[in-house]
Amino acid sequence: MRKMLLAALSRVLQGPAATAAAAGRTASRVMVASRNYTDFANEATFEIKKCDLHRLEEGPSTTAVLTREEGLHYYKTMQTIRRMELKSDQLYKQKIIRGFCHLYDGQEACCVGLEVAIKPTDHVITAYRVHGFAYARGVPVRTILAELTGRKGGCAKGKGGSMHMYTKNFYGGNGIVGAQVPLGAGIALACKYFGKNEVCLTLYGDGAANQGQIFETYNMAALWKLPCVFICENNRYGMGTSVERAAASTDYYKRGDFIPGLRVDGMDVLSVREATKFATEYCRAGKGPILMELQTYRYHGHSMSDPGISYRTREEIQEVRSKSDPITLLKDRMINNNLASIEELKEIDVGSSTDISACCPQAAPQAPLGLVAHLGAL
Amino acid sequence: SAIVTVRDALNQALDEELERDERVFLLGEEVAQYDGAYKISRGLWKKYGDKRIIDTPISEMGFTGIAVGAAMAGLRPVCEFMTFNFSMQAIDQVINSAAKTCYMSAGSISVPIVFRGPNGASAGVAAQHSQCFAAWYAHCPGLKVVSPWSSEDAKGLLKASIRDDNPVVMLENELLYGVPFEMSEEAQSKDFVVPIGKAKIERQGTQVTLVSHSRPVGHCLEAAAVLAKEGVECEVINLRTIRPMDIEAIEASVVKTNHLVTVEGGWPQFGVGAEVCARIMEGPAFNYLDAPAVRVTGADVPMPYAKILEDNCIPQVKDIIFAVKKTLNI
Repeated sequence: MRKMLLAALSRVLQGPAATAAAAGRTASRVMVASRNYTDFANEATFEIKKCDLHRLEEGPSTTAVLTREEGLHYYKTMQTIRRMELKSDQLYKQKIIRGFCHLYDGQEACCVGLEVAIKPTDHVITAYRVHGFAYARGVPVRTILAELTGRKGGCAKGKGGSMHMYTKNFYGGNGIVGAQVPLGAGIALACKYFGKNEVCLTLYGDGAANQGQIFETYNMAALWKLPCVFICENNRYGMGTSVERAAASTDYYKRGDFIPGLRVDGMDVLSVREATKFATEYCRAGKGPILMELQTYRYHGHSMSDPGISYRTREEIQEVRSKSDPITLLKDRMINNNLASIEELKEIDVGSSTDISACCPQAAPQAPLGLVAHLGAL
Repeated sequence: SAIVTVRDALNQALDEELERDERVFLLGEEVAQYDGAYKISRGLWKKYGDKRIIDTPISEMGFTGIAVGAAMAGLRPVCEFMTFNFSMQAIDQVINSAAKTCYMSAGSISVPIVFRGPNGASAGVAAQHSQCFAAWYAHCPGLKVVSPWSSEDAKGLLKASIRDDNPVVMLENELLYGVPFEMSEEAQSKDFVVPIGKAKIERQGTQVTLVSHSRPVGHCLEAAAVLAKEGVECEVINLRTIRPMDIEAIEASVVKTNHLVTVEGGWPQFGVGAEVCARIMEGPAFNYLDAPAVRVTGADVPMPYAKILEDNCIPQVKDIIFAVKKTLNI
């Protein structure tokens, strides 16, 4: 009875790919929400893990407020990245994507948590595991997949590929391990020079963390008080080498020595968000650089050439999937705290899959690139 | 006109460009409070301060990457290498970050940076401090590479390089810093720029074309003066830019003289002279050659220390004269 009274047609907002994909949608996709939207809570407060601190008296808040709107946005963004990466896996196996392809599934909470804590006018640079960041920074799925498949409409016009994707205030997409770190500090130098209170998030992995140029960069960033947030995405393996076999100290958040650091649960989008807010506030206050280690995990191997099971067990992968998946974690929080319904989230799941499939070469064959026009010209 | 040393010409160029555009800044080892290891940036820190003239720690890979990142984010850095030998520590940032990014990003990210410093042989600094990097950098698409000889070259090319939106490698020469050259009124003006990609004919001639860059241009002119007394008129071309090379100027000259000698300080294998010869062979000027082109280069050894050894490892005037006579069969 109550259900009938509260039944209402609701179209869940789908996002940028909507208009293109809408044509392919049938009437059966219009979901009937089983509850009126006013039934949901507007927000909920969650306990988040306390961060380990290095040279800091206090760290980020141990509670985070999540509004329904934020939750749906984070969920949709992470799910889109997840599905896009899984689709890329398929396309690679079909040999439609070639060369190097480093997938981000498992690490979604990192790029999404970072993005929602900063402004569009802030800057981000990372290494080669870049698809998630490109999407989070505003590159549409369609142009990411077109780039990966070497077709017209690719975000780098076929010149870049998987590892070299860029957009405004997002500097790639860098293939040489560690080289992006000095670049990021240079972007931070420009932020300080121009005086517009912007910061640069400079990301690198646990493997890159042992690069000498990173220590040179720590030194100069601290000397010159650059507004640079160094972020180590520690997914426990540098290609096939576990952190224990690569680093004399695996406390990556302490490796900046004189630079204060914090270690963050990278599987929890709220932890990443709160830590990033804390870190960027620190930089914007003119205190100099700060270092965040995000503890995260990648489900795929290092790249598509790596099955990812010769140096770690299937059990380990499965354990992370079942206990720490970032999307599941958010989903459970939202359901259990009345921020969303199961159906609503399912609608988002299906919607993002459909949208991504619609961007694939088979579904929407983009024209192949013209050779003469593109080879030498930009 | 006035007599200006290459050092002062470079200093003027930096001063003028710093004044003209506040996005321009200079960083490198000892560039600020020491006034520059070779005094090229004398007085600039005093005038512009810490924000624009930045002393770096001895961290080439790090500070070069920082300079490239700053360029990506909208600044216009001049990154000084105390000598280009040290640029090898940072060469990944020059090539993979600076040179390739504009192309990889399909033009959306530009890198308006200048890498400059002394290149090639000096005097008695031995093997690790004497290498010429012209061929190394000119090999790479995405970079422009310039190599001044005179004060006019130095000032005009540095200004052009700073104003260029591409990464430019400017290969100076330590032994030229103290050499005075005449500079015209025009060359002394704040808007004087030497276009990148255009060679200059330093001396007109009819019998043989001498193509060179940097310090050896002076040796070519000396050799030409000696040869003129013997009735051989040499045309001396100062490349000024290594990449993109002004091959048309060389071709036009070879069509006229029918003989070609290239002169460079770098090692012989895979060098600038090799590139000139290959391109001449591939182009219309080949049919006008009356003899094979000849290269005069540095010796194919790491640079030794003792003066007598070092002197015989770089092209001397007598080597150029010998090559010309061999080509002309006289």
